[in-house]
Amino acid sequence: MKVDRRSFLGLGLGAVAGAAVSPAGMKLTDDSSIMTQNWFGLLPVPIDGEITFDNSVCSLCKGSCGITVKKVAGRAIKIEGQDDHPINKGGICLHGIAGLQYLYDPSRIKSPLQKIGDRFEKISWDDAVSHIAEKLTAIKDQQKPESIACISGNDEGSVSELFKRFLKVFGSNNFYSMASMDTTWETTASKMHGKSNTLSFDIENSSFILSFGSGFIEGWGSPVHCFKTNAARKKKNVNLYQIEPRLSNTAAGADKWIPIKPGTEADLALGLCNIIINEEIYDITSISKSNSSFQAFSKMVAKDYTPEKVAETTGIDLALIKQIAHKFAWADKPIAIAGKGRGDTAGDTKEFAAVHALNCLAGNINKKGGTWVSRKNNYLKFPLAKMDSIAKNGFSKPRYTSFETLIDKVAQSSDSDIQALFVLNSNPCYTMRDSDKVIKAFENIPFKVSFSSFMDETAKKADIILPTHMFLERYEDIPSPSAGITKKTVGLSRPLVKPIFDTNNAGDAILMIAKALKGNVAENFPWSNYKKCLESVTKDIWSSLSDKGFVVLTDKPSYLKPSTDFFHVTNNLKSVEAQGDKKSFPLTLISIDNVRIAGGEIASSPFAIKTVSDKVIKGTDILVELNPETAAKARLAHGDKAKITTPVGSALVKVNVFEGIMPGLIGMAQGLGRTLDNKYVADKGVNINKLIAPVIEPGSGQDAAWGIAASISKV
Amino acid sequence: MKQEQKHGKTYKFGMAIDLDKCTGCGSCMVACMSENNVPFKVDESNKKDSISWMKVFKLTNGKSFPDTEICYLPRPCMHCSGKDSHNPSPCVSVCPATATDTDPTTGIVSQIYTRCFGCRYCMAACPYHARYFNWWDPKWPEGMEKYLSPDVSPRMRGVVEKCSFCFHRYQEAKDKAYVEDRDEINEEEYQTSCTQACPAGAITFGDLNNPSHAIHQLVKPDPHHYGKPRNPKAFRLLERLETNPKVYYISEKEWVRKSGDNYLEGEWEKVKNHHG
Repeated sequence: MKVDRRSFLGLGLGAVAGAAVSPAGMKLTDDSSIMTQNWFGLLPVPIDGEITFDNSVCSLCKGSCGITVKKVAGRAIKIEGQDDHPINKGGICLHGIAGLQYLYDPSRIKSPLQKIGDRFEKISWDDAVSHIAEKLTAIKDQQKPESIACISGNDEGSVSELFKRFLKVFGSNNFYSMASMDTTWETTASKMHGKSNTLSFDIENSSFILSFGSGFIEGWGSPVHCFKTNAARKKKNVNLYQIEPRLSNTAAGADKWIPIKPGTEADLALGLCNIIINEEIYDITSISKSNSSFQAFSKMVAKDYTPEKVAETTGIDLALIKQIAHKFAWADKPIAIAGKGRGDTAGDTKEFAAVHALNCLAGNINKKGGTWVSRKNNYLKFPLAKMDSIAKNGFSKPRYTSFETLIDKVAQSSDSDIQALFVLNSNPCYTMRDSDKVIKAFENIPFKVSFSSFMDETAKKADIILPTHMFLERYEDIPSPSAGITKKTVGLSRPLVKPIFDTNNAGDAILMIAKALKGNVAENFPWSNYKKCLESVTKDIWSSLSDKGFVVLTDKPSYLKPSTDFFHVTNNLKSVEAQGDKKSFPLTLISIDNVRIAGGEIASSPFAIKTVSDKVIKGTDILVELNPETAAKARLAHGDKAKITTPVGSALVKVNVFEGIMPGLIGMAQGLGRTLDNKYVADKGVNINKLIAPVIEPGSGQDAAWGIAASISKV
Repeated sequence: MKQEQKHGKTYKFGMAIDLDKCTGCGSCMVACMSENNVPFKVDESNKKDSISWMKVFKLTNGKSFPDTEICYLPRPCMHCSGKDSHNPSPCVSVCPATATDTDPTTGIVSQIYTRCFGCRYCMAACPYHARYFNWWDPKWPEGMEKYLSPDVSPRMRGVVEKCSFCFHRYQEAKDKAYVEDRDEINEEEYQTSCTQACPAGAITFGDLNNPSHAIHQLVKPDPHHYGKPRNPKAFRLLERLETNPKVYYISEKEWVRKSGDNYLEGEWEKVKNHHG
């Protein structure tokens, strides 16, 4: 067809006229405005209603802060710090505020599950409980009750006590709790001041704080209590000296940051002791020169820890070491603390002993602003456990020194002594070092029951999961951590919302199992439910506990002045070293406790992950900190992809060049690389515990590793 | 005849953040997110599209190990006063929809989501990157929408959002005062969520017009110079742009105060005691 000028114009005009009358234009405009702004339907409209406030206790970490929950029409909408609470005084950390993201998380375990083949299937509570009872009865029938074990996140509290009691009357002494710095402080206190003592630090009232790498404002002790203490410290001009190889937030907020070669903290502490003894500036009222253990200690530090030698080992300037010693000794109420980062793992026995020796020399034991040594306060009054002959026999069998040694043994052979394991408030397959080995050990245990709210790394390995209530759905007594706070407090967690899913209190779950076992075991659990049990075992304090929500058990140091035995320090203790051959692994990998990343059994919330810097997580990659000097040597630049290799594993990472870390170190955040079914927090970065091998200390049997030899190369 | 409408008292709400107290713990960020129904996505590591009304930046003094120092700087919306009603804050000046405006009775820079049509001029104008665009509809995992607060409306795709100084808390306090037949609200009755949450007590919030308020005593705003702080340790971000923020920072450290603006070589020495 020939298109002449006339028909071209005609067609053109027709097209214009057609477009003008066509509804397409209007329709497209309308669509695009709906596309860019859709007001209705797609957005949730929060329902309004009556506003109420209820108090409870947060149990996401050991801090046990008091919380106030704002509710609208029965829905919990906000968590805030409880103003009049003795621990956190209205303060709260980011994980606590984000607590509702755990409560309403659709990836929670919604009902009891049983593993069939390699997948989980939903079962009823009754079936789950009777299945467990059957397995346990079979174990008891084989006269091997000691082959059941339990690992719990905490040693104190009525729920842990119920599990301990269950194991005891069943016939097993294999109840373990996850070790933390509290465990090492307890050992230190027991060795230096007599058995079954605990230690706590009255930092609130100290006038000088010497911290050996404790992340004082990064989650150490009772985190919010420490935040508050730190803020008050600045007002009162109380100095904090922070000794650690990396510029952490605590180091940045301290009056002085003293970088030290990692693993030489004990040497520094003993060097300081040497100066203080040598110059006779220790507290003569509490240390007697005639004390034979003190004499031995003086001799040891004079011989092996001269300031010159210590300066060389630690890499700290001699003059600075002397200045620290003087500052500490001359301070009115000095205190020395240890427990690296959050103190989530057991510490180096020698380091803790050496640091506590400083406290002893300062004479701050059981004084205001000092170190409080006291007997463990057990506020729970359980009726005496009655055991039958099988139970008595089983209970008297030797136990492992620690859960680490149990795992070590079980990982070695599939024919293990442990036939069944209960996992309570803990996630050992994630939090323990060399997690691949821990997973292997779990596979060697024939029957595992997990009491968990989330499908975490350990729950995934279980045969039966009994899903537990979150902290806003249940009653529970929550005791404060021992080392972190002197005011020994117990708070009451209260159910503020109806259970979202078909879950139960772990206390009720163990009562159900006990009752299903019948006989002697059932007789030891006479309570109809956990709440009744809690009321009866806390009977002395229940009325004030339920009334106020917390009870302060002790807030004064003991009047007794315990004697000090320095032999613990002179007893040939060895500092824990980074494992691995320095030739193939020239660098040292250390873990970083970042306050915004939850490092323990519970993963971070979506909000918490959102606050993490893009210099820590980028996409699904984790960034590791390298000093520019270290990076240059490895020919790495900021943002480069790299591979870290250690004697136990390797991982792909990205590089964050940071001036604040000591050359020769690789710093990696703890708490990432989770494998939950929660896409907002899982599969980001690497779990550092896969890269670090445990260093089991011979005495305590606990893993006191703080790092490992490593290498890094560009990929 | 011009008749003045009576709305009760006129406030000028502001915030002072003590950077020497801030520990970078991030409580303010999460307190803000949970108070204001801020959504979250699978990947929040692209910080340009990660909505965080309150964002904590990490500053370093640039020195090498072991002389490195770090400082955290929380950044809410600065609620700039501008100079006067004809020269308001940068975002208010450019908004073609009057979706963002300065409230004359509180000094708070508002953001009205239903008016905003997403042109993002305000984001280009804001020198503090305090504004965020909703590139997607917010999605809460099933059941998690239960924790949303009815006091703050969730935002839809295609609009800009930012810190409101928890304006709904002001409304609540005002309602309370009205019921109790008071003209004025008390200092402690209206505090933002971040101020309340900060465990280090680094944030102070209150009325910059009221000499009895802690913030006034802390920064000593100069009414003749658009609220410029008279406390030599206090400063405002990018002071010389004359946006006149109502958010002040306090630090004893000179390098921290210097990071509040961009200075030519040698320029800081001239201005350090009176900030331009």
